[in-house]
This record gives sequence, structure tokens and C-alpha cells, in this order.
Amino acid sequence: MFKIGKSTSQIARLTKNSRVDQKRKISFTFDGTSYSGYAGDTLASALLANGVHLVGRSFKYHRPRGILSAGSEEPNALIRLGKGAYAEPNLRATQIEIFDGLYAESQNRVPSLSLDIGAINSVLARFFPAGFYYKTFMWPASMWMKYEHVIRHAAGLGKAADDHNDPDRYEKTHTHCDVLVAGGGAAGLMAALQAARSGARVIIADEQNEFGGWLLGEANISIDGTPALDWIAKIIDEMAAMPNVTMLPRTTVFGYMDSNYLTLNERVTDHLPERPAHLPRQRLWKVRAKQTVLAQGAHERPLVFAGNDLPGVMLAGAVRTYINRYAALPGQRAIVMTNNDDAYRTGMALHDAGARVTIVDLRAEPKGALIRAATNAGIEILAGHAVITAHGNHRVARVEIAPIDDTATAIAGDFIHRDCDVIAMSGGLSPAVHLHSQARGKLQWDDKKLCFKPSTTHEASFNAGAGNGTFDLASAIKEGIRCGARAASAAGFKNTMADSPSVAMPKQSWTPLAAWNIPNGHAEGAGPKAFVDFQNDVTANDVRLAAREGYQSVEHLKRYTTTGMGTDQGKTSNINALAILADALGNEIPEVGTTTLRMPYTPSNLGAIAGRDIGHLFDPVRLTRMDDWHRSHGATFEHVGQWMRAWYYPQEGETMAEAVNREVLAARTTAGLLDASTLGKIDIRGPDAAEFLDRVYTNGWSKLAVGRCRYGLMLKDDGMVMDDGVTTRLGKNHFHMTTTTGGAAGVLDWLEEWLQTEWPDLQVYLTSVTEQWAVATLSGPNANKILQDAGIDIDLSPTSFPFMSMQNCHIGGLPARVFRISFTGELSYEINVAARHGLALWTHLMKSGAAHGITPYGTEAMHVLRAEKGFIIVGQETDGSVTPHDLGMDWIISKAKPDFIGKRALARTTMAYDDRKQLVGLKTKDPQQVIPEGAHAVRDPNQPLPMDMLGQVTSSYHSPNLGYSIAMALLKGGHNMHGQTVFFPLLDGRVIEAEVVDTVFFDPKGERING
Amino acid sequence: MADNQPDRGQRGLPGGKPRYSAFAVAKNSMSYHQDWQRAWRDAEPKSEYDAVIIGGGGHGLATAYYLAAVHGMTNIAVIEKGWLGGGNTGRNTTIIRSNYLWDESAAIYEHSMKLWEGLSQDLNFNVMFSQRGVLTIAHSEHELREMSRRVHAIRLNGIDSEILGPAEIKKFVPTINIDQSIRYPVMGGFLQRRGGTARHDAVAWGYARAADDLGVDIIQKCEVTGLRRQGRKIVGVETSRGFIKTKKVGCVVAGHSSVVAAMAGIRLPIASRPLQALVSEPIKPILDTVIMSNAVHMYISQSDKGEMVLGAGVDKYNSYAQRGSFPVPEHMLAAAVELFPVLSRLRMLRHWGGIVDTCPDASPIISKTDIEGLYFDCGWGTGGFKATPGSGHVFADLIANDRPNKIAAPYTLDRFRSGLLIDEHGAAGVAH
Repeated sequence: MFKIGKSTSQIARLTKNSRVDQKRKISFTFDGTSYSGYAGDTLASALLANGVHLVGRSFKYHRPRGILSAGSEEPNALIRLGKGAYAEPNLRATQIEIFDGLYAESQNRVPSLSLDIGAINSVLARFFPAGFYYKTFMWPASMWMKYEHVIRHAAGLGKAADDHNDPDRYEKTHTHCDVLVAGGGAAGLMAALQAARSGARVIIADEQNEFGGWLLGEANISIDGTPALDWIAKIIDEMAAMPNVTMLPRTTVFGYMDSNYLTLNERVTDHLPERPAHLPRQRLWKVRAKQTVLAQGAHERPLVFAGNDLPGVMLAGAVRTYINRYAALPGQRAIVMTNNDDAYRTGMALHDAGARVTIVDLRAEPKGALIRAATNAGIEILAGHAVITAHGNHRVARVEIAPIDDTATAIAGDFIHRDCDVIAMSGGLSPAVHLHSQARGKLQWDDKKLCFKPSTTHEASFNAGAGNGTFDLASAIKEGIRCGARAASAAGFKNTMADSPSVAMPKQSWTPLAAWNIPNGHAEGAGPKAFVDFQNDVTANDVRLAAREGYQSVEHLKRYTTTGMGTDQGKTSNINALAILADALGNEIPEVGTTTLRMPYTPSNLGAIAGRDIGHLFDPVRLTRMDDWHRSHGATFEHVGQWMRAWYYPQEGETMAEAVNREVLAARTTAGLLDASTLGKIDIRGPDAAEFLDRVYTNGWSKLAVGRCRYGLMLKDDGMVMDDGVTTRLGKNHFHMTTTTGGAAGVLDWLEEWLQTEWPDLQVYLTSVTEQWAVATLSGPNANKILQDAGIDIDLSPTSFPFMSMQNCHIGGLPARVFRISFTGELSYEINVAARHGLALWTHLMKSGAAHGITPYGTEAMHVLRAEKGFIIVGQETDGSVTPHDLGMDWIISKAKPDFIGKRALARTTMAYDDRKQLVGLKTKDPQQVIPEGAHAVRDPNQPLPMDMLGQVTSSYHSPNLGYSIAMALLKGGHNMHGQTVFFPLLDGRVIEAEVVDTVFFDPKGERING
Repeated sequence: MADNQPDRGQRGLPGGKPRYSAFAVAKNSMSYHQDWQRAWRDAEPKSEYDAVIIGGGGHGLATAYYLAAVHGMTNIAVIEKGWLGGGNTGRNTTIIRSNYLWDESAAIYEHSMKLWEGLSQDLNFNVMFSQRGVLTIAHSEHELREMSRRVHAIRLNGIDSEILGPAEIKKFVPTINIDQSIRYPVMGGFLQRRGGTARHDAVAWGYARAADDLGVDIIQKCEVTGLRRQGRKIVGVETSRGFIKTKKVGCVVAGHSSVVAAMAGIRLPIASRPLQALVSEPIKPILDTVIMSNAVHMYISQSDKGEMVLGAGVDKYNSYAQRGSFPVPEHMLAAAVELFPVLSRLRMLRHWGGIVDTCPDASPIISKTDIEGLYFDCGWGTGGFKATPGSGHVFADLIANDRPNKIAAPYTLDRFRSGLLIDEHGAAGVAH
């Protein structure tokens, strides 16, 4: 027998050997009050040691709630931990390891736990049965948003952090192993040890701070002649010394996906008062395991009786754990209510700790060593009885007990009253089959043990211990060894099975009495509430109501009543709910079935799943080699795919429009220089390269001479324009393809897909060379002079270097590949140099061009320049629904080629319909008005809504060279609309009038191409 | 955009079922809620119906309801192999909006929106349609341009839509991060205030209860095993519970459409892929609208219960398994934490996948087939929930009249031959 300690601050602390270190006092705050606990305590155990049971309020009725469990299955004791940016809601007190200065608050109460105004819901509970909100709040219809506002603010559990910027860091680890063991209790440890001794790479993870599982909460069990925890310590020591073993405490295996891919969340520093800067807060492990052993243990089930949600009503195993592991005595006057043998051990633990104990056993004639021991200890045992109702205000204070019939469905005698301050209840065990089920393993109902347990597995996995329904310790250890051996063998490691250790503990039976819903003596539906799901306030009557209303699929039950949908995901409630549903339907439990168990096993931080892929690591920022120059010269940038491109280069005091106008004018009057490095570039080689291009582009390529360039249009198989660019023949079997900046990766994927899946016979090899070349486009009448001053070593005359050709040369000593192509309509060179020479080329050209008015221009000026010429931009003039014909580009469709991607689609009659949207130019009536891009054209702006729309403006600019506004648009039947007037009703109510014109606004004859 | 209000037919349980109301709840509480009736009968299949709807999801149940309520066809059945609403109806992130770009899309989704408005009253079942707005974010100049195009079109189609700048967005959504230095900053957005969310399960249950009231048989745990034909005509449906004779079969089975179509020897241009979603633990309200971002593939809202509801883009492979691969939520959550840093310290509570049936143009099929009496409503891809009432309404019309109405007409199967596609892929990016 142990004594309650003297410390007034920890009034329920026992002086006994336990896992808490009573020499290391720790102080913490809960709801503004300071408490002390000891190292090794959880917040729950420390609060219990201080006599605190009331720790939360329930979701719907705001009923006072206490601590139910001692583990991750806890539905009630949800806490907001920490302050400011570190605050985190909904943490389970049963898992929070205390440290000095820990700051915790209860949740879902206003203004305080003991005086919660939301508790009015509990008074009105009769009007709020399951699903009441589907039947109400419909009148008047306009009020729903107001009703909903109130509902929303009443719902929710904890409050998110007030400061949203999480200061913590989260990391990820990818790893492989031969055997992953989930669960570090006796069975899991033995499985891991067995596999590890074979030489297999083993990872063993457990959600608790120490290995040992439920044995951590036991006393009086010895294994191989030593106390159980000493035996555990030996195993841990042996594995800790093995290089092939990774031991992960505080780590939850929360996801089990296809092909033995598992996700683990390791809480690295949450338990520390000071978090070392070099460590992440949490680490997400992504493990590909050859084999897994699932040894997650089991969850004890509550009993469903009236008042079973009062603070002080706890699971029997948890009560034992608080006494043995944490030296905290949850109550002095205890009722143990059980349908099985196991809770007798809790009765003994309470008794040994000095509590007065009454055991209320639902079974009429319990027998066995544990019962004898309890009888011998002088514990009051009421067999064939049940707690009918528990009473109390903020903590259970007394119970009504009555005899019940054999099936535990009817009261069979007079009430007995007992005072109490704790109820330890046990409704039997449910194996934690979550990972097995996530991995599509099947379940079977065990009629004797009254639980679902794993049957066949789908992935390469084994189930061991209580998680497999093997509750007896000696058998569980044996099963652990066997599973470890089989997993290691399956992973290719020969091994001999270790001997099973001897286990010394009283014999007990594992066949509970089926007693799912304790009778309360009232008519059905009446009487005090008996809870099934504590967190979501789902009662036995709610389950029966759902069944009555036809929500009889277990999924409908869950969704209609919300049972099992709390943060505990029904770990303690699902089986009780199923059993009551089965009873209501007159069905057997296995016929009712279970809901699908899904990731995560317990809630897992979103920050850890996002990991380091946030901030600037979210997606790479791609910069060109000239980026430094653009930045130091004041460029403004725009996002183009992953790239940051120089948009325009404002000079002191310039607006964007002024800067763009200046750049556009320079490119036509002197010279402009554009960083075109972002254009996609694909190197194409192989004997079938030309044939390949013939198939992917609409025009012909076989006859293109070496050294010559050609513009190409690529279509999707539906005939719609997908990408464009200039491709150049560098050799007989060698081409250099350019694509749009944003489309580069997609085009490469597309080409590879065709090559690999449709045309494997073609010998063609594709390499992305986008980043290998830096490109400067020099455009304008002074281009030749600048290149000559820059020291180009080739003849630039149009006869020796004609338009649409390529030459290798040197510029200022830099080896270069120069393409004489033009996206401005001016004399223009796209100068490619090795990426490492990009900045040198750029600065050299700027220097050489200074005397010739060279002006850097950005993407905005480029857009204006090409629009003046009527050149399209794929993705701007096209949107996946535009054909070459729609663009007025029939000239690029080869009639001679037998086939190309999209050819058949273009042959459909609808492709030639006159009312397709077709590309046109637009001139506004008022030359200074620029139509917003995206504006839609109508013939009659005064028609009622919805208007008959013709199409939309795709590009629109002020043209400084022309002195008026120009635009391109896709309009229905546009090719036949030249000269007609259309109207653009704008969002601000204005209407712009414009005339349909040709798309080429500037230099329609193309006379400027040679400078 | 459809100029007229849709014909809602007989509304509010004319069949005589006891109505739901606060008064009814209060009255029933006196008898401890023992007297509530079944929401719908557990019907045994009859030997013959005027029409059989395959698929007891939202669209199928809505189809049956409107066949009864609008077209007076009450000798019909909905057959479902599992439980009502167990497919994508109960798996989606419940976003409702009608701000689509193309006229054809705007027409059907706005038709649907109008039916959503007042649906709780039509069905006498609170589907919790909550018009808290849907805000789509633009993160680049390119997206701003696309947004302008879209908003112009939507407005001229008579549908509400407005453009917000970053500061206005911050005011509307205080938890969002508008720091312009982040990788994909919030550069603007467009808002449909009439958009929002609804309680997905309630939609299935509400339609089921109202259809049942009108005499429709709702038959769960009844799997279709074959379609019986005579020549080019449907004569009945083979099921796990026996043969059911009927001349009209409406097939509304989303991800499994290709499977059922194959029973009639029809190939559909549909790819079925996993789409994943997840919710956080419930917290007190921090987000009072729906946020969508196509560029980073995420969308988020907060349920009435307090859970943050997050969805991602589709997985990149075809599958009938209702789960996806982990990298998809990893990437989506990274995007979500960027936009809503508060999420970092919240925790994932549930994660799941559904199978979306996607056409090459990302628009649905509402169509007759080459077989007389066999109709398909499928291919809703990632965004079918919002269309539930509209889809059911026009599909019922198609089945009843054996010809598509103006709204349904563009969605014919034949468009994949003719090329008259409604390409929501190219123009709309990711459509949810």
C-alpha cells in the first residue's frame, strides 16, 4: 500500500516508484493557475496529481469533461498549448510531456471552464438531437446565413495561434528499411529485436516518449524473472547498440500507403522547454519498408451508461497507468465498472494505492485468479450489477448501481447508492487496426473477444500483439518474435527464432460480456444521456435515432450523428456505436461493418507535411545569367512560369507606360536588347529527327537546309494550337528547337510521350538545353553596327547571312550561335552563348551599343513590338481552343505531309465553321483608349443581360510607333468582319468602340527586316 | 445566365411526408424523438419501372427528384450499389460557384446556382447552402489577364463577379498572406459572392427524402451487373437483386461511368483519376469564404464544424482506387501554408480520395447514346458537386423528353466527334 504524498500542491501524488522523477519538480500553468508536476509527467498526469479532473468542455453541449484515457485515443482532454505564434489548439493533455514554463489553456468555454455559458446547450439538449440542424433553420430562408454565423462561432474546438507566423521549422527524411515496426510495446520490441539480430535494417517507432507500451503502466508483472520494465530496458539497450536499428520514440506512424510506403511524424523538440536551433520541431519520415510489423496495441472501450461523460469517469487501464506510471491517484473512492477480468487489476492498483474500491461487474459469475485476489484483498465486488447512472457536477460524486439481467439489457433489482470520486470503466479492448486497414488489410469480428481484428493483409505486413487481438502478454511477445522472424525472412534475412521469455502474472480471461448499452430504467430516448462519442456529444439515443430515420449504413450513421468524426477519430467510440446500431437494426455487428480507416492515425501537423517546401523553396525561382545586370539597372520583373523576367526598365521618374514607350521606340529607331534566355530550347538529334519534326509540327521540315531556321506550330491531338517557336537545322540529323518560355517543360514531356509511347521506332534523342544557353536578342536598325563594333567575326550582309538562318561565330571573342530571326519585325539577331558567358555578352553588347542608342527592353515592350506586327503569343492569343485557321495561319498547314499531330482533328467539318472565334486586329475609335485585355465584344452594348458575346480581346496596347491604340481579339466569324464596328462594355460601365482591322499594324510589307 | 428561373416543379414534400421544422423538432422532443419517420423508405425493387436511375449520388438522386417533381414521372427507381452519397457526393470539398468562362458552362452552372438558392426549402431539408463567397486568386500577370477575361465574360453573362486587389482581399480574408515577396504572391482575385459551400451529405439525403415523398423507390445495396438490350433499345437492368424491366435508364455513376457504359458496348472518352482532399481538426472560425488558387493547385474553406477543408489537384495517373499518392497533398499543403501561415500549426485530421471522371475538354457529358433509352450524365471531373441540382434538372428533362434542352444540348457525346468541345482545361486552368 502506498501513501499520498505530503506536498500540498500535488495532493493526489503517490510516493512510490514510477516513471516520474520525484526529484525533478516542474512548474506549469493551466488556465492561469500554477501547478507543479515532475519530470516524466504528462499534462494529464500532472493535473490528476493536483486533483484536477475538469479540463475541457464538449463540442456540442459544452458539458464538463475530464481525462478519459492516458494515450493518443483521448477524446476529451483537449488543450491549447503555448502562447503567441507558438500556440497550438486541440492537443491531447494525455500526450503532452510537461516542461518548466509550459503554458496550457482549456478550450471551447466562455468565460471559464467552470462557468461556461455554452452549457445552456446542455440544458436544451433535448431539442438538439443528432442531425437537428438538417430539420431546422430553414425559415425564413434569408436567415440561414445569420443562423449559420451563430452555429459557426459555437462550433470549432480550440483557437488557432493569434500570431500566424509559425516560427518553427519542419524537416523531412526519406529512407528505406527492411523491417519497419510500428509500436514499441512488448510485441513490437520483440519483433524489432528478432529482425535486427538477423542483420535487417530495422526502424521501430512509437508515439510515446519511451518504449514499453502498456507495460509502462503496469506493476507486478515479471518477465524472465525480472520486473517487466527491466526486461524492456535490456531489449532497448541491445537494440540501441546495433547500427542497423533506428529507434524513434515520440514518433507516430500515421499513414500506410501503397507498396509499403509509410509516413511517420517525429516530434523532435515539442517536449523541450528550450528548443535547440539546430533541430527541427518535427520531422516527417517517409519510409519505404520491405516488410512491416504492425504492433500498435489496443484501445480500451468505455461503457455506455448514463452520466459516463462526467469528469472522473475514466478508462480502467488509464487509471492503472496513472497510478503505476505516474504515481498519480485519480480518486480515493473508486468504482470499477467492468465487463471483463482486466479491470480487476485496476481495482487492485487502486486498492494498493489506498483508495476504497467497489468493483461493479456486469457479469453474473466472474471467476478466476484476479477475482479471487480482489476478493481476498477485501474489495467489494458487485457481480451481475451495473452502474446505471453517475451523478456529479464538475466531477463524478455518486452512482446508482443496480442488478442487471444476464444480457445486461434490463435492470433486475433495486438500486444501490455509492459515493465515489472516480469511476474506472472497462468495456473490453479494440485492437488498433488502423494501419492494417489503411493498407487495405481485411478485418474479422472475434465473437469471443468482441473486437474486430486483422484477417488477411494486402501489403507486405504482419500483425503482432494486442493490435492483432492477442491480448495475453506471453502470447503477444511470442507473436512479436514470430512476426519479426517472418518479416526478416521475407526481407531476405535468415534468422532463428529467439526463445519466448517466461511471463509471470495472474491468469485472466479475455472474453468480455457483450454489454453495449447499459439500461437506465427509462423509456427509450428518455433519461440522462449515455455517451458513445464523447468529443462530438453523440449519445446512444442519437445512434438509435439515426437507425430509426434510415441512416443505417455505418457511413450514414457516422455522417448523420458525427460519431467517430472528432479529433480522436472514434478510437474509443466506433465499436460501441456499431454495436448499438447493430442492436437497433437487429443485426449482427460484423454485418453492420466498419467505416474505412484512413490516414492519419492521429492528427498530424500540416506544417510538417509541408516541410521545408515553403517560402522561396516552394518552387524554384529561375533567373537568367543576366539577372544581376537587370536588377542593378532598376528592372521591374514579372513571373513567367517559374522564371522571373525583366518586365521593363524604368528610369528615374518614369511611369511604366513611359518606360515601355521609350523601349518600344528605341527598338524601331536605334536598337533594343532583350534577355531571351528563358525561351525553351530542346536539342534534337538522331537519324529520324527531321521525320519526327514533320510529325509534331504542322509544316514540313525534311527539306530544311542545314543552317536554316523555320517557324513551327505545334498542335494538340485535338487540332488546337499548343506551342510555337523557331527551330533550326544544325546538321543533317541535328536540330535546335525553341519553345515558349512557359511551355518548355510541357513541350518536352509531350514530345517524349509521343516518342516513347507512339513512335518507339523513331531514333530521336531529346535534351533540354534551356539553361545551357544564354540568349540576348538585338533588334533594330542599328543592330549590324553594334555587332560590328562588338567585334563579330562574320559578314552580316543579307546575302551572306540571310533572314531565317544561323551562323556560328565569335562576338568579342565569345563563341556564339547567332540566329537571324525576328519577333519585332526589325533587323534582329538572337545571340546564343554558353550560359556562363551570358552576362559578359550582355555587358559587352551594351557597351558596344552605347554609341548607337542601344536600349534594354523588357517583356512588356517585346509584347508591344510583336503586337504591332501581329505576331501571336501562344497562351495569350490562344487558350487551347484555337486552331491555326482561327489565327489566320493556314499557310503553316502542310497539305503535302501524310500526317502530323492534329491533322485528323482539323479535318472535322466543325473546324471550318464560319462562326468560330477568329483572330482579328482592332483599332479603337478614340485612338488614345486602350481596351482592357479580356474585355468582350458585343454588337449591341445596350442589349439586356446575358449579352450575346462575340469574343474577347487577347492583347491590347498603346503603340508608340503608330501613335494609337492597337489590339488583337478572337471574335466569332472575325475573318469576315473587317471594317465592322464592335463594342466593349467594361466592368466600370464604360463602353469602348472599335473597328475590326487586319492584325498587322506596322510595316505590313515586312520591309524593315533587313534594317 | 439562363434568362428564366428554372421550373422547380412540385416543392416541399407534396407527397404528404411529415415536414421538418423547428416546431417539429420541439414537438418530437416531447416524445423523446421516438416518432421520427424514416427519411426514405428502404424500397424493394419492383419488377418494372418507367425509368431507372443508376447511381445514388447527388446527381442521380437529383435526377430522380426532378423527374418526379417536374415531369411527374413517379414510377421510377434509383439503384445504388453501396450507400447513398458514398461516392464523390460525400467526398468532395463542397464548393459551389457559377463563375465559369464559357457561355455553355456559365449556363448550366448558373442554372444550378439558381436551384441551389432555395433548395433547402424545395426539399424541406437544410442542405446548409452557405453563400459566403468564392474567391479565386491570381498570382501572376498572366493570371491577372486571364482573370480580366473571365470576369468580363461572366458579368456579360449576367452572373455576379467582382475583381479585388490585394488590399481588398486582405480585408475580406484577414488570415491570408498578401506579402508580395512570397514565391507566388496574391496579386488579385475575383469573387463570386453568391458562391459558397453546402453540406454534401445533406444534399443526397434531402433529395432522397423528397424523391421518396413523391413515390420514387430508392434502393441501396443493389449493384448493376448488366444492361439488357433488344437491338438498339434498352429493355432493362440486370442487378444483384434481380432483373428490372424498364425502357429508360439514366446512368449517373461518375468515376465508374466507363464500366457501366462498357456493359452496353459504349466507350466513353473519360479518364478516371484520384482527387484528394483533407480536413484539419476543428478550430474556431478563421476563414469565412472559399479560396481557390489554380496556380498552386489548392482550395480551402472552413466547414461549419470548424474544420479547414483543403483540396488539391488531381493525381497524374488513372485509377479506380479511392486514394491518391502522398506528394500531391504535400505540395498542396506547402501552397496552403504559403497563403495561410496559420495552417502550419494545425493538424490533418482526415484525408481521403475520390475518383473523378474527366473528359478531354474537362466538361461533362449529358447525353443520349446510340442505344434508345440509355442516357449518360457523367464526366463532371473535379467540379461536379456544384452542378448537382442543375445536372439533375437538365438530365431529368433529357430523360423525360428524350431530347436535350438548350442548356444540356452542348454537352452531347457527339462533341468528341464533331470537335465542338467546351474546353475548360485550356481556358480555365484547373476547374473546381
